[in-house]
Amino acid sequence: MAANLPVHSQVQGDIGATEPRIEHDEHLHHDEHHEQSFLTKYVFSTDHKIIAKQFLITGIFWAIIGGALSSLFRIQLGWPEATMDWLQPILGKWVEGGKLNPEFYLALVTMHGTIMVFFVLTAGLSGTFSNFLIPLQVGARDMASGFMNMLSYWFFFVSGLIMFTSLFLETGPAAAGWTIYPPLSALPQAIPGSGAGMTMWLVSMALFIISQLLGGVNYITTVINLRTRGMSMSKLPLTIWAFFLTAVLGLLSFPVLFSAALLLIFDRSFGTSFFLSDIYIAGQALNNTGGSPILFQHLFWFLGHPEVYIVIMPAMGMVSEILATNARKPIFGYRAMIGSLLGISVLAFVVWAHHMFVTGMNPFLGSVFMFLTLIIAVPSGVKVFNWLATLWRGNIRFTSAMLFSIGFVSLFIAGGLTGIVLGNAALDIQMHNTYFVVAHFHLVMGSSAFFGLFAGVYHWFPKMFGRMMDEKLGYIHFWLTFIGVYLVFMPMHYVGIAGFPRRYYAWTGFDSFSQFADLNKFISAAAIFAFVGQFVFIFNFFYSIFRGRRATENPWRSSTLEWTTPVIPGHGNWPGAIPAVYRWPYDYSKPGATDDFIPQNVPFSETKSSNMPNEREQD
Amino acid sequence: MTALSIFLVLVLLLVVFGLLFRLQILTSIFSGSFTRDIGFSNRANAILMIVFMVVGGAAFTWSFIDNYDKMNPPIASIHGHALERMFWTTMIILGIAFAITQVMLFVFSYKYQHKDNRRAFFFSHNNKIEVIWTLIPAIVMASLVFAGWKQWTKITGPAPKDAVVLEVMGKQFNWLVRYPGRDQKLGVVNYRLIDATNEFGFDLNDKNGLDDFTAGEIHVPKGHPVLLRIRSRDVLHAVYMPHFRVQMYAVPGMPTKFWFTPTKTTDEMRAQLGNPDFKYELACNQICGRGHFAMKLNIVVDEPDDYVAWYAQQKSFAEQNPDILASFKEKSDKLVTKEAAAVLTTAPKASL
Repeated sequence: MAANLPVHSQVQGDIGATEPRIEHDEHLHHDEHHEQSFLTKYVFSTDHKIIAKQFLITGIFWAIIGGALSSLFRIQLGWPEATMDWLQPILGKWVEGGKLNPEFYLALVTMHGTIMVFFVLTAGLSGTFSNFLIPLQVGARDMASGFMNMLSYWFFFVSGLIMFTSLFLETGPAAAGWTIYPPLSALPQAIPGSGAGMTMWLVSMALFIISQLLGGVNYITTVINLRTRGMSMSKLPLTIWAFFLTAVLGLLSFPVLFSAALLLIFDRSFGTSFFLSDIYIAGQALNNTGGSPILFQHLFWFLGHPEVYIVIMPAMGMVSEILATNARKPIFGYRAMIGSLLGISVLAFVVWAHHMFVTGMNPFLGSVFMFLTLIIAVPSGVKVFNWLATLWRGNIRFTSAMLFSIGFVSLFIAGGLTGIVLGNAALDIQMHNTYFVVAHFHLVMGSSAFFGLFAGVYHWFPKMFGRMMDEKLGYIHFWLTFIGVYLVFMPMHYVGIAGFPRRYYAWTGFDSFSQFADLNKFISAAAIFAFVGQFVFIFNFFYSIFRGRRATENPWRSSTLEWTTPVIPGHGNWPGAIPAVYRWPYDYSKPGATDDFIPQNVPFSETKSSNMPNEREQD
Repeated sequence: MTALSIFLVLVLLLVVFGLLFRLQILTSIFSGSFTRDIGFSNRANAILMIVFMVVGGAAFTWSFIDNYDKMNPPIASIHGHALERMFWTTMIILGIAFAITQVMLFVFSYKYQHKDNRRAFFFSHNNKIEVIWTLIPAIVMASLVFAGWKQWTKITGPAPKDAVVLEVMGKQFNWLVRYPGRDQKLGVVNYRLIDATNEFGFDLNDKNGLDDFTAGEIHVPKGHPVLLRIRSRDVLHAVYMPHFRVQMYAVPGMPTKFWFTPTKTTDEMRAQLGNPDFKYELACNQICGRGHFAMKLNIVVDEPDDYVAWYAQQKSFAEQNPDILASFKEKSDKLVTKEAAAVLTTAPKASL
């Protein structure tokens, strides 16, 4: 019988995976009997599950900050005439004579974007679930390098600490938009936030990139080398495919942002002219000539565009998994799903300049990037159709995670479609930098990725903490958020179609834009409503960690490997041998099977009644 | 006092909520409801899916129709009308795709909700259907791209030779406008020559610049192609003229351009809208600092005759600032010998 074999030392000796596996065996016998101090167990832990929780809780902290900042600037946009004196106790000198300081408004917008994109939806999402699920789902005792994994979290932590400190600077945090286009971000004369605030932003991001690279190398190595016996790439759950390709994207694109940040640091501090040319500011002509601000945008978006896929692909993977589990049906088109992830990953690198159609870039380049951009809509469309086909004739259980996954698909469609307008260079002339863009990306990558994050937390919470989150509160949270998100972002399209520019402190100076006062008030109210609704989740999350109902080993009756571990997996994940894998992860409701799911570690020899003609033991 | 009582009420509400929540958990443990997790709540959520689709769809449709006029500001350029048609055609196609997929999502969720006596259909793939739904979007996308590409090359192609030329320069936080004067040639400017009066940095050693004039607002003739030359002297800005469907960044060190043909004078538009105060507006659409949101310039579209009359009335910059002109004459000798190479190399670089 397979279960009696010493499985993990036999695997893939040909690619050198033998050694780490033996080492993990030692770990197993070692750590089981070894008491760890609080410090090594919960703080400087090398256990991927603890590190995942650290990423998650740090991510939740940042999400609250990011959301609160957005509520502040939505108050300004919704009620531009109102006095803000009541905010003085929190904001201090940034409220001047009852009005929000316009530069502080820009800082709010900038920090909201930075925090949400990088700290919440990159570190909080991918950091949590790549760490938690990769070893558990591929059948490994831990990440390839637990130490590097720990470093990855602590670099992120320090990076966050610096960013957080920058919020309290005398001159304010960075305020040049999350895209930090120079010259605005390079010259403190242009905006005070480009002084110390920008320096700290750049240092923080540099550390953040290091954290991402340490994590990414680990994810990739673990997926390639530490899969358990029988877990071929074509038997990996889609979550793992998504995390794997996300890590590859990050590894190839984050260094380019690092280079952009480095060159910007040079321009700011050492008098170089990479991005600066012919500037007269604050009564003075600067000596910089020959640089190009457009060069920065190329470098920035070479990361910036893959970044949106770094944010959305883990969510796609988790949603695929959760939809299949709760529809009790195999994911439709498993290979097409992998193919579309691969397609998106490759195309993600050749579409960046669609952010730059009207920057003065050569229009021929605009044409090229328009073609490439609209190609990427095809694999995204395939994914949507496959999700719909997965629901078709399923037997759906509405767990909180399932609701958020369905919500994800809905929001991804709503936001993704408008990308077809924006990817069209000719139409982008009018829509560029308007609220149409804001609505588009908040739906397709912001809200969707958040929904993926929530789905993942609700779904894997039992394995993380050994307890269940409250389902009723989960339902309330879902419906409040789902309704709230649509109420915020659907009307935002109208404002955008009319041409309302983003990052405007007030629109009252323009006849063209001032007709939307009521709609802006409505959007602001909905945004604050949706933000407040998130506290239902926060309460549920922290309450359930300590007092939630105890979970069973496999509460969702799911077929992937993580559910074969104990209720609370220890260091090393499986108390005995690592299970071997015999089948793909989506054997749900298989005709002829007694139960409506067959775990991946059940050999075909035990399921004779349901085997397909080609399904035999391969060893 | 009221603040305190509001605070107390909130605290009490939270306590009540907490107690109720605890009570609910305890009763659910008592009744063992966790094992019966597929019950009423599953049905309730399935129904809510349909309710959300119907109510949400109706609310969206109503609000869209209600706001349709507002979101379509009047258009006053030739390519603007073409883009407008393309935009709404695209939106109709997207709307159809949106409706079909969302209805499928919510109806499937409702229809295939859990039933004890049903088993899900084991349906792992179907190559034919996958090829179909890969090809259809690909074909639709290809036609949209092709239409977009044709417009894009037309709009960004070279401006007609007879186009009226003017230059817009962005600075923190307003716009400066310059016309080439009688010779139709813009003179050389140099950012090192900028000061409080010479805001453009006119280099009056260049003969072409002697008749250039500046203006407080943009005047353009109706029915005539207009070529905007765009530059910035400090940070990035963007020239955004929503009524004309014009947008282009203003980049320090890299002049850009955009051309368009206005189709309605300001007066015609005022009559059409019944709004005597209507103005075409130019907004800054790239974050540039404190005053970004107020960086506005008015645009006046004149009848061609009025435009010519207005143009003829303008006094050149050199004429208005004789002392600057004089200082250039003084310096010109030195310049030629010493600084010429350093200073005069800043003629506009090729950009587009």
